[in-house]
Amino acid sequence: MLRYRVIPVLLLKNNGLVKTIKFKNPVYIGDPINTVKIFNEKEVDELILLDITATHENREPNYKRIEEIVSEAFMPIGYGGGIRKIEQIEKLFKLGIEKVILNTAAQINPKLIKEASQIFGNQSIVVAIDVKKDIWGKNKIYTHSGTNKQSNNLISLLKQVEEFGAGEIFINSIDKDGTMTGYDIDLIHVVNENVSVPFIISGGAGKTEDFSKAIQAGASAVAAGAIFVFQGIHRAVLISYPKYEELELLLR
Amino acid sequence: MITIIDYGMGNLGSIINMIKRIGYSSEVTFDISQIQAASKIILPGVGHYDKAMQNIASLGLKEIILKKALIDKTPMLGICLGMQIMGNQSEEGIEKGLGLIDADFKKFSFSSDSKLKIPHMGWNTIETNKESSLFKNMPVASRFYFVHSFHAVCNNESDILTTTHYGYNFTSSFAKGNINGVQFHPEKSHQFGMQLLKNFIENF
Repeated sequence: MLRYRVIPVLLLKNNGLVKTIKFKNPVYIGDPINTVKIFNEKEVDELILLDITATHENREPNYKRIEEIVSEAFMPIGYGGGIRKIEQIEKLFKLGIEKVILNTAAQINPKLIKEASQIFGNQSIVVAIDVKKDIWGKNKIYTHSGTNKQSNNLISLLKQVEEFGAGEIFINSIDKDGTMTGYDIDLIHVVNENVSVPFIISGGAGKTEDFSKAIQAGASAVAAGAIFVFQGIHRAVLISYPKYEELELLLR
Repeated sequence: MITIIDYGMGNLGSIINMIKRIGYSSEVTFDISQIQAASKIILPGVGHYDKAMQNIASLGLKEIILKKALIDKTPMLGICLGMQIMGNQSEEGIEKGLGLIDADFKKFSFSSDSKLKIPHMGWNTIETNKESSLFKNMPVASRFYFVHSFHAVCNNESDILTTTHYGYNFTSSFAKGNINGVQFHPEKSHQFGMQLLKNFIENF
């Protein structure tokens, strides 16, 4: 019995955790180690940790910080941010990361996906794709934390990353990020129709029903940020996660 | 002392911290005299089977592990790849295992129309085959985190502690005397894994 996974996404910036809206205006929400400890208590299925400035600052992952965080985590962790080379991926696995998440590098150099999945097994290689709708409602691809628009077509990119060996695809809706207005269901349909590997949808979850809607639409797993770190209309910081029994009922 | 053998296969941070949380201290080492003095041994590991056996050989650890396991009868817990190298061999490689338990490791194999993916990755449950104090006082709805492509096939049914279903039932933990092996990662399995480590420390 493998249940659908519900995955909190933690955004790392200057050693602290932040939460964005539409990939902008990062608001500080706390210390990553403390947050991971709380998520231990809540028994989350898995965590995704993204360093949102590593690629921009053209630097490597902050291995020391990642190691500190991972050592506190009693659940599997996926890490993304600033990964460009096989040696970096190898280093991250040695630190105890279960999965690496490639985004910008995977689009600039798709061979990295192939090489990495051959060496480390495709279960551990996740490719992230950030999607934003243009004024005509067409899905456009962005890289570099949502700042660089790419000419790639979503469907051909999905097929390409799968063919190159991505074990899982992590789809982020930039328009929905932090808005808590529900997932982009149309986007889930498009992805579901065009990939056969599992995919995680992220962006927009505002209530637990949004998780079941995303799963019904075809997502293999759901990820979210704001719903797990904010409470109430004033977005006070409070780390939360649904109880196991609730998720069992919701996502069976 | 609870001794975690470090033979260069993966991060041990979560195991160390989980043991600390239970209220015990552990040491991480590949030093033979420290291993000799161990009262409990944890054999962790993530990665390739042959690489694991080669590292054990090049660090000169095989003899001391066999002595502790078979002569001193020190309680031993193998985790994931650490469990796999307790067996005779694995389809993943050509090296011989430690042979502490009569089991061979085979790759998951499903019919061609199966949608199941390899590796088996994610949270799954266990069914008891044989009672063991390793699984005492497990909370309800216990679940464990798995990541593996190869699984044990025990030649003695009586060595099987638990089975898990993924396409079919496979051996997810085994034990023979002081030797225990679990395919899942207790250190990544919240309170369930914590209870298991506590059991290993307190009941063996």
